[in-house]
Amino acid sequence: MNELIKLSAAELAAKLRAGEVTSVEAVQAHLDRIAEVDGTLNAFLHVNAEEALAVAAEVDAIRAAGGAEAEALHPLAGVPIAIKDLIVTKGQPTTAASKMLDGWMSPYDATVIEKIRAAKLPMLGKTNLDEFAMGSSTEHSAYGVTRNPWDLGRIPGGSGGGSAAAVAAFEAPLALGTDTGGSIRQPGAVTGTVGVKPTYGAVSRYGAIAMASSLDQIGPVSRTVLDSALLQELIGGHDPKDSTSLPQDLEGLVAAAQTGAAGDLTGVRVGVIKELQGEGYQEGVQARFNESLELLKNAGAEIVEVSCPNFKYALGAYYLIMPSEVSSNLAKFDGVRFGQRVLPTEGPLTIERVMAATRAAGFGDEVKRRIILGTYALSAGYYDAYYGSAQKVRTLIQRDFDAAFEQADVLISPTAPTVAFELGANDNDPVAMYLNDVATIPANLAGVPGITVPGGLSEGLPVGIQFLAPAYEDARLYRAGAALETLLEKQWGRTLISQAPAIDTASIAQEA
Amino acid sequence: MSNYTDELVDFDEALDRYDPVLGFEVHVELNTKTKMFSDAPNAFGDDPNTNVTPVDLGLPGVLPVVNKTAVEYSILIGLALNCQIAEKCGFARKNYFYPDTPKNFQTSQYDDPIAFDGWLDIELEDGEVFRVEIERAHMEEDAGKLTHMGGAAGRIQGADYSLVDYNRAGVPLVEIVTKPIVGAGKRAPELARAYVAAVREIVKNLGVSDAKMERGNVRCDANVSLMPKDAQKFGTRTETKNVNSLRAVEHAVRFEIERHAAVLDSGAKIVQETRHWHEDTRSTTSGRPKSDADDYRYFPEPDLVPIITTAEWVEELRSRLPEPPADRRKRLKADWGYADKEFRDVVNAGVLDEIEATIAAGTSAAVARKWWMGEIARLAKASDKEIADLGVTPQTIVELNSLIEAKKINDKIARQVLEFVLEGEGSPTDIVEKRSLAVVNDDDALGKAVDDAMAAMPDVVEKIKGGKMQAIGALMGPVMKATRGQADAGRVREIVMEKLGL
Repeated sequence: MNELIKLSAAELAAKLRAGEVTSVEAVQAHLDRIAEVDGTLNAFLHVNAEEALAVAAEVDAIRAAGGAEAEALHPLAGVPIAIKDLIVTKGQPTTAASKMLDGWMSPYDATVIEKIRAAKLPMLGKTNLDEFAMGSSTEHSAYGVTRNPWDLGRIPGGSGGGSAAAVAAFEAPLALGTDTGGSIRQPGAVTGTVGVKPTYGAVSRYGAIAMASSLDQIGPVSRTVLDSALLQELIGGHDPKDSTSLPQDLEGLVAAAQTGAAGDLTGVRVGVIKELQGEGYQEGVQARFNESLELLKNAGAEIVEVSCPNFKYALGAYYLIMPSEVSSNLAKFDGVRFGQRVLPTEGPLTIERVMAATRAAGFGDEVKRRIILGTYALSAGYYDAYYGSAQKVRTLIQRDFDAAFEQADVLISPTAPTVAFELGANDNDPVAMYLNDVATIPANLAGVPGITVPGGLSEGLPVGIQFLAPAYEDARLYRAGAALETLLEKQWGRTLISQAPAIDTASIAQEA
Repeated sequence: MSNYTDELVDFDEALDRYDPVLGFEVHVELNTKTKMFSDAPNAFGDDPNTNVTPVDLGLPGVLPVVNKTAVEYSILIGLALNCQIAEKCGFARKNYFYPDTPKNFQTSQYDDPIAFDGWLDIELEDGEVFRVEIERAHMEEDAGKLTHMGGAAGRIQGADYSLVDYNRAGVPLVEIVTKPIVGAGKRAPELARAYVAAVREIVKNLGVSDAKMERGNVRCDANVSLMPKDAQKFGTRTETKNVNSLRAVEHAVRFEIERHAAVLDSGAKIVQETRHWHEDTRSTTSGRPKSDADDYRYFPEPDLVPIITTAEWVEELRSRLPEPPADRRKRLKADWGYADKEFRDVVNAGVLDEIEATIAAGTSAAVARKWWMGEIARLAKASDKEIADLGVTPQTIVELNSLIEAKKINDKIARQVLEFVLEGEGSPTDIVEKRSLAVVNDDDALGKAVDDAMAAMPDVVEKIKGGKMQAIGALMGPVMKATRGQADAGRVREIVMEKLGL
């Protein structure tokens, strides 16, 4: 394995700046790694080798020439990145892991992609996900499952399993994810990587194919807390194209990660959410969580218990609000203007029947399930009981957070109740899969930011620890997250990801 | 059961037994530079699908952004309709699948319109005033335009295929909804027309819409129901869609009243439905059934944030409101002293602005009216143009009138001069000069012409001497001929009298 791919984004960026390695070398090393392992993992739906190398060469040329242009390069210039295939890109296909968009090329770039291009990060390609980001296992992709690098028989989490697996398997140092109910954080937890869902509105959603508009948020995926901070500072900020984006930039994220890396949390109040532990949480997960609390306490943090009594309704509210928005957001996929068009095999060729045939053939089962749920929840006569009640629960959850943040600066919980489950384990039980997001969903409903950091292993599989902060206080996540990362790595004497087993590419038949 | 019937009850007879209740939904297309939720141009008549962005096509990943100017125009409309302006309001999604709607939902306002609880006083021709209560005025986006190819007469049913142009998709609309209008009785059709005309005039006067009904800038859905004379409860209504001229609004309401009466008289029930208006037969036909249970699965648009209207903003907009058209008419009529019929003719001819400008430029109200309703109207009719499009300026009228008052030209010549002005020959003064059109009132020249005429017609001279003053007219022909029509008739008369010592 080329040692370049083991570097964090910050380390690689430093070497690029120092001229010790070139961006072309770094990109090539990652492309080689993708060629080596991705036939097994299936983290990538599209590899963008040519463009990535061209951007890398451009960065190298600017650096070689020196002067003002080289000085003006973004700190991450030349560091490769993978993009969740829910985010639209010019020049590369965007599928949302759906047959519906097979072969579709976006004529425009998402705002985050414009920022990545401007900062000259070579894009390695587009990563796999559950279709339209609906799922917690990446098993619901129309283009095959992604495997967990820690155990090829297990799920990498979802929906952003591709981005998390790519980063965990050293196919990319950085990736973009989207998080509607935990799609960045839960894959981060089960692959031993770092993922952040920023405050709602901190990163523009323009160009992220909408699943549930009031919950969706783009965020960073990486192997270190500092790398996520660097990436969030790059992609964040107000966007006039997204009316829900915050007017102000969230500043000091990198600085907070650097402060936290000292491992000192003196005076920081950490609130343990009573309702997000215990029953339903695997013993090993609970054990790692308790150990982390102990470390934080030893580092000067004040551990307090907080109660969020309405969190028990979060999953129910989420599975009404999210499908309701899904049912409307996905209405545009009808075969009229873009994407797949499927004609009915018999009967008259009317517009309604073409739309129906297209949607019947283009959407997978999980997507259809949610469209049907949401259509029902918004129906006249049911709206108040379902969508209306769910919105009230949402307000109650926001109040729970408000009250909790009066007692604590950050909140903490296990990111997911279990380690990665086996592929196919929940095929016939969608609710069991939904339950894996029980700890991540409240943050989406309230719009507050959350981070997952690796918290150790249980049965040889990663466990994630989640911090939550008040809206706009993403910096607190980076400080607390970096502190816990430092404390754990000091205890282990190494990083968690370095303990991952080698990927046995021979065990799984490579796809052609 | 269809309630289609060819039967109609005579209008007056229908209203002897029933009271009509009306209601209008008027859609006004705003003339903002860009669309409601995107920065695509809002323009009419361009090549299909050229004024579109990814947002207007509903491509994956796009988000809407509210056009602030459209919000301001909507508030202006609300204020002009005497509405309350919501301090906080938002958008909702109206979900339905149709290919002219790129997202398969329309972004519209639902339970919190930007303007509500207004009224408009509608003055009918004879001066009777009806107050129409405005329920709400809300913002929404227009749909694209479908063209059905092949098959039956441009309908989607039976078409071979359909073409869709998204240039209009996302154009800002304000929908103005009235409360039920009760008590119009036999004047219902007239009131319908006057109401839509008033709304059109208001939005045109505000400058927020091009207000051309023939282009669909202002579109009316007319709701009609009948209830028996002694009833309290409204009857079942029908909604006649897209009645897109003032005349059609009047006719459609009249037709539906006559048709409803026939259905009710027969003992059948009116089916709540939409109706299509047919200009050629001046009748409606059944559209699709419509019930209050139509399920559009409205829910708050999560991609947009609420619109907050501060008191300062609203007051600033209020200060921009022009004088309401009805108030202005009342003021001008009093100022100008026109008779009722004179003023109504001026209004109907659409030359209020021109007359006002002409008076401001220096003529009397009577002179301004004489020109605009007389010679200019005649020229417009002859060339099949709108009066306003002829290009006559107030300055031209003032100059022509000065030349007449200075006795440099007479009325007949002034009319000729106006034609030369319109042909681009210059100002009236220049034309009179260049073409030597000035009236001949030079006594020597006129004296000679009069002498010649009297010499040629001794019998006429005798009659005049005998006291038949109207015989002077007979001398006028030869005198005018001698002076190429430029003789000052009054002066000629004086000279004749002088010469004969009368």
